[in-house]
Amino acid sequence: MEWPALWLTLRLAGITAILLLLLGTPIAWWLARTRFRFKSVVEAMVALPLVLPPTVLGFYLLLLLAPDGAIGRLWQYLGGGPLVFSFSGLVIGSLVYSLPFAVQPLQAAFATLSHGCMEAAATLRAAPLDRFLSIAVPLARPGFLTAAVLGFAHTLGEFGVVLMIGGNIPGRTRVISIAVYDQVETLQYRQAHLLSAAVLMLSFVLLFAVYTLNRRHRHGA
Amino acid sequence: MTRPRQRLFALLLTLLPAAAHAGEVYAAVAANFAVAAGQIGAEFQRQTGHVVHLSPGSSGKLYAQIVNGAPYEVFLAADAERAQSLERDQLAVSGSRFTYARGRLVLWSTRLKKVDADVLRAARFNHLAVANPKIAPYGAASLEVLNQLDVSPAVRARLVYGEDIGQTFQLAASGAADLAFVALSQLRSAAGETAGVYWLVPSSLYPPIEQQAVLLRRGEHNAAARAFLDYLRMPAARAILARFGYLATNDGS
Repeated sequence: MEWPALWLTLRLAGITAILLLLLGTPIAWWLARTRFRFKSVVEAMVALPLVLPPTVLGFYLLLLLAPDGAIGRLWQYLGGGPLVFSFSGLVIGSLVYSLPFAVQPLQAAFATLSHGCMEAAATLRAAPLDRFLSIAVPLARPGFLTAAVLGFAHTLGEFGVVLMIGGNIPGRTRVISIAVYDQVETLQYRQAHLLSAAVLMLSFVLLFAVYTLNRRHRHGA
Repeated sequence: MTRPRQRLFALLLTLLPAAAHAGEVYAAVAANFAVAAGQIGAEFQRQTGHVVHLSPGSSGKLYAQIVNGAPYEVFLAADAERAQSLERDQLAVSGSRFTYARGRLVLWSTRLKKVDADVLRAARFNHLAVANPKIAPYGAASLEVLNQLDVSPAVRARLVYGEDIGQTFQLAASGAADLAFVALSQLRSAAGETAGVYWLVPSSLYPPIEQQAVLLRRGEHNAAARAFLDYLRMPAARAILARFGYLATNDGS
């Protein structure tokens, strides 16, 4: 069993999910409330990773993260090591790759919040941040849950991008999907079966949990 | 039949023999040989009318596909072992196997000013790309070079793996990796000029890369597939091989 690959993948998915919530919440909040004329441009950009082939994303990321690339250079200027072929590089790639899976559920959740509640709180002199934390966040809880789990699960399933920017380094960038690919290519079907079954079960449990919890929330509300 | 229809019919008739003669060959080709095979295939098509369709990849990956019934008719591997085992397992036509080229390994960089064994020993780089040694013969040869040079564990920690020699090449071409072990043939690819500096790895540092071709079961009754394999041994094809930096073989011609 490829324990290092499994652990690495869970770590990558976990960190990505947390960062996605931090990054996706303001974007989703803004998208849900803005009257900005070019809002659709931003929405389309956020949704791009849904339709772009992972090879296209991987190709651009490779160039951007390379030592001479814009992000790679900035990162090293800020004191970081080389980004490409590193865990940090994978996290950046995963953030881009899974962004729509976090932003879209959040945006949908924020969009359904009643303006009445927020305005009532405003007349009671609740500060904007307070209004957001004590009203919007609890009401949008299912959206947060969906965003976190989908961000996590989608990163779990990442393959093409990692194949192009990871470098298949055991323990550092060799995630489960790459390990399975390697095992299949070297005809080690027994190991491939083990790992694939583990991923299948994990993914199912995750999605099952989301649907169950969201249903309960809806019924409870 | 009206006159125009007759004429069309006659026209179609004249086209028929050509259509019957122009065969097709589906070839799985090791990534290092992809560009050379493309040129040889084009020349072959010009002379015979047969069309060669190439599917490049690492030898190990293509091997796994063939074992699982991929519809290739010819396999141009980057090693001898995989062609041999296909022949042994009767997935290839026995007696059809031969060495079509002997490959050469180079250490290449688009970022460093100079490349040689000392750069490796001194670990003066961030990342060294090699092809996945489990499925790519050039990758296995690259690791053998590192063993022979007795490089430190620090160097090994800087290895990154390309899926095949094609991706490995691209990792260095994009500058993402400082160095890469690639095939000389890739540097001599169709474009002609490739930027960067390289070190031709002495052949004493790795076992010979015997690239073998084999006729697969699916191609047994395809005259075009046999013709293509024969063509690989002919002077026209061997001239192209030499241009790409492959060493001559005793096996061919």
